[in-house]
Amino acid sequence: MYFGLTDEQQLIVDTVRSFVENEIYPHEEVVEKTGVVPSEIGQEIKQKCIDIGFYAANLPAEHGGGGLNHLDFTLLERELGRGSLGLTVFFGRPSGILAACEGDQIEHYLAPAIRGEKFDALAMTEPDAGSDVRGMKCSAKQDGDDWVVNGTKHFISHADIADFVIVFVATGEEESDRGSRKKITCFLADRGTPGFEILPGYNSVSHRGYHNCILQFDNCRLPKGNILGELHRGFEVANEWLYATRLTVATMAVGRARRAFELALPHAAERRQFGKQIGKFQGVSFKLADMITEIDAADLLTLSAAWRLDQGLPANREIASAKVYATEMLARVSDEAIQIFGGMGLMDDLPLARIWRDSRVERIWDGTSEIQRHIISRELLRPLGG
Amino acid sequence: MLEIDKLEKILVGLKRVVDYNVRVRVKADASGVETDGVKMSINPFDEIALEEALRIKERGEADEVVVVSMGRTECQQQLRTGLAMGADRAILVESDDEIDSLTGAKILLALVEREHPGLVILGKQAIDNDNNQTGQMLAALWDRPQATFASELTISGDSATVTREVDVGLETIEIDLPAVVTADLRLNEPRYVKLPDIMKAKKKPLDIVPLADLSVAPAPRLTSVEYTAPEQRQKGVIVDDVAGLVAALKEKGLA
Ligand SMILES: Cc1cc2nc3c(=O)[nH]c(=O)nc-3n(C[C@H](O)[C@H](O)[C@H](O)COP(=O)(O)OP(=O)(O)OC[C@H]3O[C@@H](n4cnc5c(N)ncnc54)[C@H](O)[C@@H]3O)c2cc1C
Repeated sequence: MYFGLTDEQQLIVDTVRSFVENEIYPHEEVVEKTGVVPSEIGQEIKQKCIDIGFYAANLPAEHGGGGLNHLDFTLLERELGRGSLGLTVFFGRPSGILAACEGDQIEHYLAPAIRGEKFDALAMTEPDAGSDVRGMKCSAKQDGDDWVVNGTKHFISHADIADFVIVFVATGEEESDRGSRKKITCFLADRGTPGFEILPGYNSVSHRGYHNCILQFDNCRLPKGNILGELHRGFEVANEWLYATRLTVATMAVGRARRAFELALPHAAERRQFGKQIGKFQGVSFKLADMITEIDAADLLTLSAAWRLDQGLPANREIASAKVYATEMLARVSDEAIQIFGGMGLMDDLPLARIWRDSRVERIWDGTSEIQRHIISRELLRPLGG
Repeated sequence: MLEIDKLEKILVGLKRVVDYNVRVRVKADASGVETDGVKMSINPFDEIALEEALRIKERGEADEVVVVSMGRTECQQQLRTGLAMGADRAILVESDDEIDSLTGAKILLALVEREHPGLVILGKQAIDNDNNQTGQMLAALWDRPQATFASELTISGDSATVTREVDVGLETIEIDLPAVVTADLRLNEPRYVKLPDIMKAKKKPLDIVPLADLSVAPAPRLTSVEYTAPEQRQKGVIVDDVAGLVAALKEKGLA
């Protein structure tokens, strides 16, 4: 077993870190203050990312992507995680699910997504179907060669800047050993398709500048050629994506927690009260000890889960463990980092309050902490008939 | 149209130093600076030197960029970074001993005699010891022109025009090539490494030459006695007016 980075991995990490420090950090303040990413800044980040060949690093090299495996991509996203998400979203990482594109879909969706010409969003969640995704009401009925879609999706991240949306829709029911359940199909829906509207969503406490949207389908006709993967087998395509996004959430939490820690550590060493550096008080120093231990644990858990995925080993439980642990770790670490700073930790002058606010959503999206624990315990108990 | 002379080769030195972001700590035994478990990088001025060489090559004014480093086997990491930035080839002169400026200049001279570069670009100094000597020494040993502290460099055939950052402002000089140029901070802004080039770097040639093969005998003229951390800056005092300032200076024996 070898825990070091290869030269290539180190270069990826160094390059992305310096990109985040030089191209993302300087814009964070304006995004936090206004809640918007000025479009020229977004485009500039995107163009620079394209220029250095890091755009779509997760997608297959044969279509022009970076072709990174899960481990290397997880290292990349860990460094990106340090920066504000409203900005790093332009360091384009199209949904890995697009690798399922076939035939004309490659030229219409996959290739332009990789080139940075088209931006994607992914829509699963509905007002009445969150954790219980299969309970979705958004449905499609076949009419000739088309499918007619009706329903509403909400909380759809960055659909405001998306050119097309990968959307999951119920296309019928089937009997399973646990009763009847919905058959789900994955469609590609272009912005501007008649009957399809992308509306502004809600204001979120986390990730200012990174907006969520409401999608409305009102007798929207999508040709059958827009089905991604196979009819009724939407969840099969989704699984790979779900793994990847959970790793994304976990590793970005690790990067962000390290940024908070790197602020807290020198502060503890320099700030003096009662004639001493506050780090000399065990009440503060033990916080630091716990913080770094948890950050490292989350880091290793996440990297090893990514590695398992690359090896073709079962990774569902490990990815769920990484997601739940890293996001809960971030909540604790960002909170303690503020505690170490005292009042100053809450002020906009430092990124800590933002990191703390941003950390909240991580335990909710891409499967809540409860759902991750459900996955983990199910994998443990099922083989025992539990 | 006139055939423009192209430089066949540019040689660039890359020194492995403690990363500029790291807070440098003195070793417990005062024998040097702690490097164990510390992030090491290319000396920033050397990165600028390499960037300049790559730009010259990309403008079609040179054919090949060769990066060289001297020191322990770990320097390969910095050379690989140089290759990923776009250098064509790398040479490591391997030695476990400390290499001082003069030995470094002699090693570079030996490489110059092997490689016959049309231009050598080095950093103006390395951020470890801040010596600011190697480029000048190499030019003297090689008996070729030098242009140090370059903030602008243009190549025209067998000469180069260099703007230098000197104490009184900017000085522009013309030098015959081959020559040694040392890079200052404002010469350029080094690029980000490109992802496809990271993957290609592994396949580019990296020669390892044991120092003994170069018949350069390291003759260190410098003995390090002791390293100590700079004293912590004392808290300043705020004086009310000029009279107060004068009084405070007098008290310290400074006026
Ligand atoms: C800012 C933001 C952006 C988002 N972006 C996207 C996106 O781009 N695309 C997309 O499809 N979705 C997106 N989501 C949706 C997100 O994935 C859901 O919010 C999440 O899956 C939870 O669903 P819910 O909010 O409806 O909560 P619910 O499912 O209603 O859950 C409410 C509570 O009940 C708990 N609970 C539910 N079921 C169980 C159970 N079986 N056992 C134990 N506890 C349970 C949950 O853990 C939670 O605590 C986004 C959400 C947010 C907040």
